[in-house]
Amino acid sequence: MTPPIVHPTVNWLAISPEIALAAAGVFIVMLRSVLRRRPIVVPLCTVVAISGVVAAGAVQYRLWHLLRGHRAMTTIAGMVRVDPFGVFLGVVVLIATVMALLLSVAYLRREGLEAPEYFALILLSAAGMLVMTTANDLIVVFLALEVLSIPLYVLAAFDRRRLSSQEAGMKYFVLGAFSSAVFLYGVALTYGATGTTSLTGIARFLANTTLLDQGTLLGGIALLLVGLGFKVAAVPFHMWTPDVYQGSPTPVTSFMSAATKAAGFAALIRIFGVAFPLYRSDWRPAVWALAVLSLVVGNVAAVIQTDVKRILAYSSIGHAGFILIGFQANTSRGREAALLYLFVYAFMTIGAFAVITIAARRGDDHHSLDDYRGLALERPVVGGLLIFFVLAQAGVPFTGGFVAKLEVFSAAAQAHEYALLIIGVLASVVGAFYYLRIALTMLSARPDDAPEPGGLLRRVDPWSGIVLVACVALVVVVGVVPGTFVHWARDATFLL
Amino acid sequence: MTDFPILTAIIATPLIGAVVVALLPGRRPELVRAVGYAFSVATLGLACWLLADFSTKKVFFQFVENRPWLPSIGSRYIVGVDGISLFMILATALLIPIGLLASQRYPTQRPKAFTAWFLLLEFSLMGIFLSLDLIVFFLFWEILLVPMYFLIQGWGHGRRQYAATKFFIYTAAGSSLMLASTLILGFIHQSQTGVLSFDYRVLAAWSWHGLSSTTEVLLFFGFLAAFAIKVPLVPLHTWLPDVHTEAPTAGSVVLAGVILKMGAYGLLRFSLELFPHASVDLAPLLLTLGVIGILYGAIVAAMQKNLKRIIAYSSVAHMGFVIVGVFSLTVIGLDGAVFTMLSHPLTTGALFLLVGMLYERRHTYEIAEYGGIWRSAPLLTALFLGAMFAGIGLPGFSGFIGEFLSLAGTFVSRRPWAVAGVVGVIFAAVYMLWAFQRTFMGKPTGINLKLPDVNLREVMVVAPLLALSLFLGLYPKLAIERVEPSLKRTIVNLELKTHFREKRPKGYAPTKLPDGVTASQSIQLGRGAP
Repeated sequence: MTPPIVHPTVNWLAISPEIALAAAGVFIVMLRSVLRRRPIVVPLCTVVAISGVVAAGAVQYRLWHLLRGHRAMTTIAGMVRVDPFGVFLGVVVLIATVMALLLSVAYLRREGLEAPEYFALILLSAAGMLVMTTANDLIVVFLALEVLSIPLYVLAAFDRRRLSSQEAGMKYFVLGAFSSAVFLYGVALTYGATGTTSLTGIARFLANTTLLDQGTLLGGIALLLVGLGFKVAAVPFHMWTPDVYQGSPTPVTSFMSAATKAAGFAALIRIFGVAFPLYRSDWRPAVWALAVLSLVVGNVAAVIQTDVKRILAYSSIGHAGFILIGFQANTSRGREAALLYLFVYAFMTIGAFAVITIAARRGDDHHSLDDYRGLALERPVVGGLLIFFVLAQAGVPFTGGFVAKLEVFSAAAQAHEYALLIIGVLASVVGAFYYLRIALTMLSARPDDAPEPGGLLRRVDPWSGIVLVACVALVVVVGVVPGTFVHWARDATFLL
Repeated sequence: MTDFPILTAIIATPLIGAVVVALLPGRRPELVRAVGYAFSVATLGLACWLLADFSTKKVFFQFVENRPWLPSIGSRYIVGVDGISLFMILATALLIPIGLLASQRYPTQRPKAFTAWFLLLEFSLMGIFLSLDLIVFFLFWEILLVPMYFLIQGWGHGRRQYAATKFFIYTAAGSSLMLASTLILGFIHQSQTGVLSFDYRVLAAWSWHGLSSTTEVLLFFGFLAAFAIKVPLVPLHTWLPDVHTEAPTAGSVVLAGVILKMGAYGLLRFSLELFPHASVDLAPLLLTLGVIGILYGAIVAAMQKNLKRIIAYSSVAHMGFVIVGVFSLTVIGLDGAVFTMLSHPLTTGALFLLVGMLYERRHTYEIAEYGGIWRSAPLLTALFLGAMFAGIGLPGFSGFIGEFLSLAGTFVSRRPWAVAGVVGVIFAAVYMLWAFQRTFMGKPTGINLKLPDVNLREVMVVAPLLALSLFLGLYPKLAIERVEPSLKRTIVNLELKTHFREKRPKGYAPTKLPDGVTASQSIQLGRGAP
């Protein structure tokens, strides 16, 4: 007689956001096979996708109010841990998802790429990201990593007629698979050293045991850092970023830059904060180096780029550096700063990519600075918005970008990381230079023989309009009255 | 005193104006201009009201408002005005409507955006001079770059993109170090006292005994990086001529008139109070840089072929007098510094406006293109002559009082520097008179024979500045009696916090606080006092 299998209890409320997204994704695939090529299918799938995200968001809202007073729900045998930290970043992911979906509607129509699979892939990827924000076990983190990555590989190559899109998908796939392997190897080494993959289990083991030989564990920690460093695009694991950001369909790029970063940092902060707090003297210097490299390489390399999407790709590497400053401080202020930064960054980057989606001509491969020359003169609102978003990313006061940077820098100052602080502030000045370059190009007159910027698309479609208005409003509100948002981020730093 | 939040009103009025202007239809330039004037004149009215309500008896900040802003780092919206900031507010409020009026005919393109940016510039300047919280101060300090950048970029001349970017990057680099120093200062304060605050008065009451001397010097240099670039002190001045040359007239007026004062204001307000030991110990260094600025600015100005560059370099020289006055560390010297900060906007503003009028007529700043203007435009020549003498520091004009007091203070405390600085006064006469001679005198040729003279609007733009300069030159008490209590407090605080003792002329008693103000109140800058 074999003993009966013990099923872990499942708290369905805790995992229902993921279920909502996955169910909507599966439903879309089903609709597609039932309705085939009827014209109704694309609008219907759009509605299903958006309602899936909204449903997930409603549950997150409920969970946030349940858990806000420093409580957490652990379920499925400790594999999943829903706490304010996870819910906060989950909301960031959902916001990025819904905005990417809204941007995609007009984009897909313009590019002739309308296909329900697109929406299903975005939803599945977002479901993986949500799992990542609440994963409490290295195996679950790996699972989430794969679930979020594989749809993204496909999405990057979704515009399959365009060579650069294919290249992006291929590059992302090869390097992504490689980094997943590295991460998995890290999981294995950590398991070898501690005998468990549960984050809380590892922490308990390390608190009660003195390892005579730390090599295996340190190797594991290093490989975990590399694997996740790839996802958040930290230097020196950033090689894929410029090509993939440039080649992917622009709404996918916006989704990738905002949501993947949030999910990656969720795993990074949770793994290192929960499982390895005792080894902080070992991993903090490594993160310090990652932060400095990301700040320097991201901001300096962006200066010499001539393609707007590539510039923003390098700037996202630089932003990863700023977020790493907060993570490196390893204090509650640092985590709060990183969370606030991820929240604000989502709006700044999606806003910028939204303008790029609108301004691009059909074909989505005219993004050199010359293509943007004169945009702000000929279409003041659209061009002005892009200027606003790049200035916000540069950290101009009275925008959310400034408050986020201020929080990150104050975390470094409080942690006595003065060298990091000064490198950070100087990097943001270098950053200002290339952001201004974008602004200057758009404000300078276009040579008469050049094609008109924003050629075919004369009017902003209402869905993109909603995204732009939301982004501007949030970035300004966080910049002028940051109190509430900082308060949310503080409530979300509760981890253990 | 009423409860009306006048300082917030002064900050908010231009901002509201900018938003209103931005919402107006762009097809109606005259409407846009009218609304722009209305809001800038309203701000000027509020500033005059402030001047009337300002009490000469009080040593500490007046009209203080204190509200939470970013609780997570203990930053609050604190505004207050004292003698040091009062006249910067007035100068700003005066120059903005004049700048708008001067730009009525030129530049012509996109008046709506121009007016909106110009009002935003005023908003940030008011915030800078009124904020007493270091983070909020930085906020306004940094936001100033944006309107200034777009003004130079959109309405400048020739290499305006280069100049705009240079301005932005140069100043952002300096201020980023100030931000780092601010944060470090605040968090050292937190680790020692447990209170996280960026209230300048809290930090000033603590930093003089709370910081090690090395930390204090390093932080002093962090703040100095931002202030020295704005002043500009000599090795860091290279952005100024380029920016001035390319900026539109109104931009130059505000740049020379008020933005350069931000650096001196920062040194006076923040460096002396927050880092007293470093300020006293490093005073000779800054005095030397100031004197170099006076002499270098004057010599280089004499060599220029471009009218606007001459005035730009003369600003370097004038700001040298301000720095020398501040770091003479005497009440007389500080009086001179603040007075120069008030007088320089009037005189240099007038000069830039007049040069701008020449540019509108000839579209060039090259001196070689001009000559004999007096014959075709006698009124313009007369105005320029007046502005020039005011700028040189002819007795009777305000420039004289400021330079005289600066140098007198320095003469008492640091004689060799004063002696070297006096030479700059003579140089100033050389380059200005020479420029005047080459531009306005001589025999006119070609198009210079038929230049139209100034019209009524142009006279109205320049005349108030010259009249005020003359008025303050004849009756400096109006400013001095409002400024001096704050400056005495600054010197007394230095004496209380360090071993420094102010040098007074023979027979003069040491500087004292007014009756009823205790030493501890003074060190706390009156925080909590009624």
